[in-house]
Amino acid sequence: MTAIPLQPPRRLVEFTLDGEPVRVPEGGTILDACRAAGKDVPTLCEGDTLKPKNACRVCVVEVEGARTLAPACSRRAEAGMAVRTDTERTRHSRRLVLELLASSVDLSTTPRAAAWLKEYAAKPDRFGADAARLDEEPRVDNDLYVRDYDKCILCYKCVDACGEQWQNSFAISVVGRGFDARIAVEHDAPLTDSACVYCGNCVEVCPTGALSFKSEFDMRAAGTWDEAAQTETTTVCAYCGVGCNLTLHVQDNEIVKVTSPHDSPVTHGNLCIKGRFGYQHVQNRD
Amino acid sequence: MDLRFGDSKPTDEERDAVDALLGAPESAWEGADDRSDADLRWARGGRAARKRRDLLLPGLHALNDRVGWISEGGLGYLCRRLTVPPAEAYGVATFYSLFSLKPRARTVVRVCTDLACAVRGAREPAEFGSAEGVEVEGSPCLGLCERAPAVWVVRAGGPGGASPDPAPSRNRGSAPDPAPQTPEGLTCSSTSSSPSWGSPLLLKSSGEFEDEPRSGDSGVQGRQPAGAPGLILLRRAGVVDPGSLDDYRAHGGYVALRRAFALGPAEVIREVTDAGLLGRGGAAFPTGRKWQATASQPDHPHYLVCNADESEPGTFKDRVLMEGDPYALVESMTIAAYAVGASHGYLYLRGEYPQALRTMEHAITQARARGLLGDDILGQGFAFDIEIRRGAGAYICGEETALFNSIEGYRGEPRAKPPFPVEKGLFGKPTAANNVETLVNVLPILTMGAQAYAAIGTPKSTGPKLFCVSGAVARPGVYELPFGATLGDLLGLAGPADNLRAILLGGAAGGFVRPDELDIPLTFEGTRDAGTTLGSGVVLAIDDSVPLPRLLLRVAEFFRDESCGQCVPCRVGTVRQEEALHRIADRTGAAAADDIALLRDVGQAMRDASICGLGQTAWNAVESAIDRLGAYE
Repeated sequence: MTAIPLQPPRRLVEFTLDGEPVRVPEGGTILDACRAAGKDVPTLCEGDTLKPKNACRVCVVEVEGARTLAPACSRRAEAGMAVRTDTERTRHSRRLVLELLASSVDLSTTPRAAAWLKEYAAKPDRFGADAARLDEEPRVDNDLYVRDYDKCILCYKCVDACGEQWQNSFAISVVGRGFDARIAVEHDAPLTDSACVYCGNCVEVCPTGALSFKSEFDMRAAGTWDEAAQTETTTVCAYCGVGCNLTLHVQDNEIVKVTSPHDSPVTHGNLCIKGRFGYQHVQNRD
Repeated sequence: MDLRFGDSKPTDEERDAVDALLGAPESAWEGADDRSDADLRWARGGRAARKRRDLLLPGLHALNDRVGWISEGGLGYLCRRLTVPPAEAYGVATFYSLFSLKPRARTVVRVCTDLACAVRGAREPAEFGSAEGVEVEGSPCLGLCERAPAVWVVRAGGPGGASPDPAPSRNRGSAPDPAPQTPEGLTCSSTSSSPSWGSPLLLKSSGEFEDEPRSGDSGVQGRQPAGAPGLILLRRAGVVDPGSLDDYRAHGGYVALRRAFALGPAEVIREVTDAGLLGRGGAAFPTGRKWQATASQPDHPHYLVCNADESEPGTFKDRVLMEGDPYALVESMTIAAYAVGASHGYLYLRGEYPQALRTMEHAITQARARGLLGDDILGQGFAFDIEIRRGAGAYICGEETALFNSIEGYRGEPRAKPPFPVEKGLFGKPTAANNVETLVNVLPILTMGAQAYAAIGTPKSTGPKLFCVSGAVARPGVYELPFGATLGDLLGLAGPADNLRAILLGGAAGGFVRPDELDIPLTFEGTRDAGTTLGSGVVLAIDDSVPLPRLLLRVAEFFRDESCGQCVPCRVGTVRQEEALHRIADRTGAAAADDIALLRDVGQAMRDASICGLGQTAWNAVESAIDRLGAYE
């Protein structure tokens, strides 16, 4: 049985989106309206289980009368506002955001990044061969997951998931400032010397593959990672009585990673170390 | 929340520095060494402990002031005391440029590398050589532009250590000292008041340091010559003793507050609205409207925040006001708080202003002792007190929502607006945030009346305005002129150099104008019509002694250094712009055209899509130099 959370009825806010009248529940964002209307607005730092941080600025839209563009992911819809999603200004800013990111960060494992770069005719190479990059090496300091900050776009989702929005472990933070800002534990120590509880909820929300299962990292390095050949099976974790949903990603009859459905009313995509990483006994064939 | 504090222990010095701020720990839960039986029976912490998160920044200052840097053990102890996750505290500490997380010499010489000093022939930090126990670092504008070139010497430690933040009563449970204090220690360069703070030094041409000359005058530097007729905002600065409340009252002090109490809060707001006062921090928002919006919020408490994080390169007006007329700020903050219904005010003071910190601390202590701050001000039943929070080297904290995060003990990153501060500001409560100069303007509005005040200046820019004149002029300093005077009028007073190449208005986020544009009226609307900005009142004259591309590169470096890193357009865009300006530093014409097109492309996205004003304005000055001055042609 699916639990349907009951909510007080919400008023609808009406505004214009690309000239068409749309309605979203009060408190909804411009992005909600865009998605309901079937408009494809690129997003990176927005996450379905987290409050929007609006740091990446790839979802900007033009609100009539405003001096600057607005992030669709976090700007609440207001009655009577007129929003345009596909203007010269929005396309320019989105293209530049993609170019700036792609010229400094490795987006090779970011879903849809390549398609967006093409769609917006972004040319990350235009900044020259000497353009500064993050230049980080993957950090492999534990057996469960890898932090490859060369792929990090600093979306803050892992920090929010580790902190007050989900796990309350507060093991990681953004440290430093500006282009030198990075995600790190205190004193930039190895993960094993930190407050990390290895729930992997940061891996769950990472939009670029900067955080990945050690199993996935190793298979990618060996060239054996093949998402097309994987099946996904959603089941229930057997470790305790909470009843978290697990989605097992299986390739060649081996579990290669475990996620959780983001719309699960029990987990909202979150798991603990046992559910996320403790699957080896399932495939013990001795 | 199950925090893990690590095994590093603080040194006695570090423990002492933190305990001097927070008091001794009450239990092992708060970092006491010995665990008592009581500690084992119940846990302390929870919400009560987390509510002290805003003491994180003062705590980091305490460690850094005493030891010169923040060690693992010291940071761990501070985290334990405040129940702050060490990763977050590390993130906060690494955000500010005045803190070091690596061992550092006790004496740090901070050399200004910004525009006003560059124009006056400042040397690079690397040219200073080295000495035992001294480290030399480059620094953004120190706000001493009228005495450029400037360096700032900071010495850690000192007997007994300093308590640079005036620990408010709620931190320690001790009552503020009710005894009236003599104003000693204010005008001398360094005595008991704050031994850990170095004085700003003048850099002599020989390269030796010399203590700032302070004898005779009241410590106020860089203002218009005393006794100039018609001064309103500067009439006391340099005339009264900044350490004497009696002197302030003898010169018209606390007349405005009495008038405010006679009028009532709503009428005060109406006066300020009728006077047409616009914010002087750079955004020119109507102050009356901000106060009205804050006062009418049903959520409580309301807060008042005075933004004294004056970090725009070339700006030093707020420093001159605070050093020369500190009680005026105390009085005007009291009036503002009365108007918006706040009982607690924060003065967020730039970390690079040790002298202003001393004068403001002293003034607040005195006002408290004399019943001009506290539970019952002037017997009117109005309660208000001011807490000083010292910045730690971050330009972005001048952005109001970043400033709130900084006070609250988080990284000084701007928040998304809306919601605006009048609705959800400091600690998520309705907050009126005003610049120092804006607040000080409230005094003449109330003493003169709104009509008389509005008659000064132009209909759209009313009142007097402070201008920070520096660079290639004979008499740099803060000048007070009524709105409407032209750029030529102002430079005429300051004595411009003959070979002027350009004038920078509004600081690094402002714009350049040509020397043949001296008829621009210095009003909000006049500069806007001329396609430039008044900003915070910076007027920086540039002669041909420094190549323009070098100055533009410095502007770009400044924004790269000061970008908080939160949003992509600003974090990466400032880097890409600096790279492009590096490439074309020695190029002109067609050889620079591609990179100028690139600069425009990136600049447009930064202006459109950055979260806050820093990224939105970072490209202004360079763009104006290309379009107006013909740089790289």
